[in-house]
Amino acid sequence: MGFLEERFEDNIVTAKLDQLLSWARSTSAWYFQFGLACCAIEMMATAASRHDLERIGMMPRSSPRQADVMIVAGTVTLKMATRVKKLYDQMADPKYVVSMGSCSNSGGPYSRQGYHVLKGVDQVVPVDVYVPGCPPRPEALLEGLIKLQEKIKQERPLTKKK
Amino acid sequence: MNVNQKVSQIVEEKFPGSVIIPEEPQNDFIQLNSEKWNEIAKFLKTESALKFDSCQCITGVDLGAETEKLEVRYNFHSTKHLHKVEIRIATDRKRPSIPSVEQIWRVADWFEREVYDMYGIRFKGHRDLRRMLLPDDWKGWPLRKDYKTPQTYNGMKVPKVRKGWD
Repeated sequence: MGFLEERFEDNIVTAKLDQLLSWARSTSAWYFQFGLACCAIEMMATAASRHDLERIGMMPRSSPRQADVMIVAGTVTLKMATRVKKLYDQMADPKYVVSMGSCSNSGGPYSRQGYHVLKGVDQVVPVDVYVPGCPPRPEALLEGLIKLQEKIKQERPLTKKK
Repeated sequence: MNVNQKVSQIVEEKFPGSVIIPEEPQNDFIQLNSEKWNEIAKFLKTESALKFDSCQCITGVDLGAETEKLEVRYNFHSTKHLHKVEIRIATDRKRPSIPSVEQIWRVADWFEREVYDMYGIRFKGHRDLRRMLLPDDWKGWPLRKDYKTPQTYNGMKVPKVRKGWD
């Protein structure tokens, strides 16, 4: 990359600081486990040894202060929606939200008659990736999280926005 | 003679006028009126021939707008005699109120709170009658048949927002 390329030994890589930062962010996105319903079981399966989220650098945190990604896994009831918003506000920037499963995407089976369910978590927090499925298989969640990583890698935190 | 008939006979002997005989005779449940329910409940638990020591379930039912009645159904089981019984108590829809059995069967505390949460039936004598599942500032009783889904709750839109799947 640039004029510095191939001027050092093989194990030295050169990059712009911008790219380096977004690369580091994307590969250590610790997630805030937000298991609200049956999707949480699939999220746990994704984190467990067979699919192993830690190999892409994602590690569960129980506190919003330490987390970068919030995985909203499950039905967001109206009672819970206020808590979702509050916990999202407690996370430090940069922060991302993955909406997992039909319920948190759109209300899912409750979208027509559920008097108590928020019809889509994007009504209260901005969502980066939607993972469809009821519940999504671990592969689907992994794909969604890799998509999120790609999105984070595109970011240039130090470059001024035009 | 099945258990329901036997129990209703014993209760009728002890508390005359408390058992309501329905128009169509049946043996599946016992219909009581709510006046002496607290004493009857104590009697059901302590009487040696009955000994209903386990309250298995308390359910609310909305019998529909034309009857103007709500109903509470109790399922009791006796771990001593291994018999069980269902008791139904109807109450007025406008001012629903039934004596609480929370201090007789301790488990009835949360059951009654849930029925109160969904149907708005007030249990007289319950020491902590709050909403169970819904938030405290919720308005209305969702499992009643005339319940209308609210348009907003704390600024969040409640009816369907996405298109498709219809």
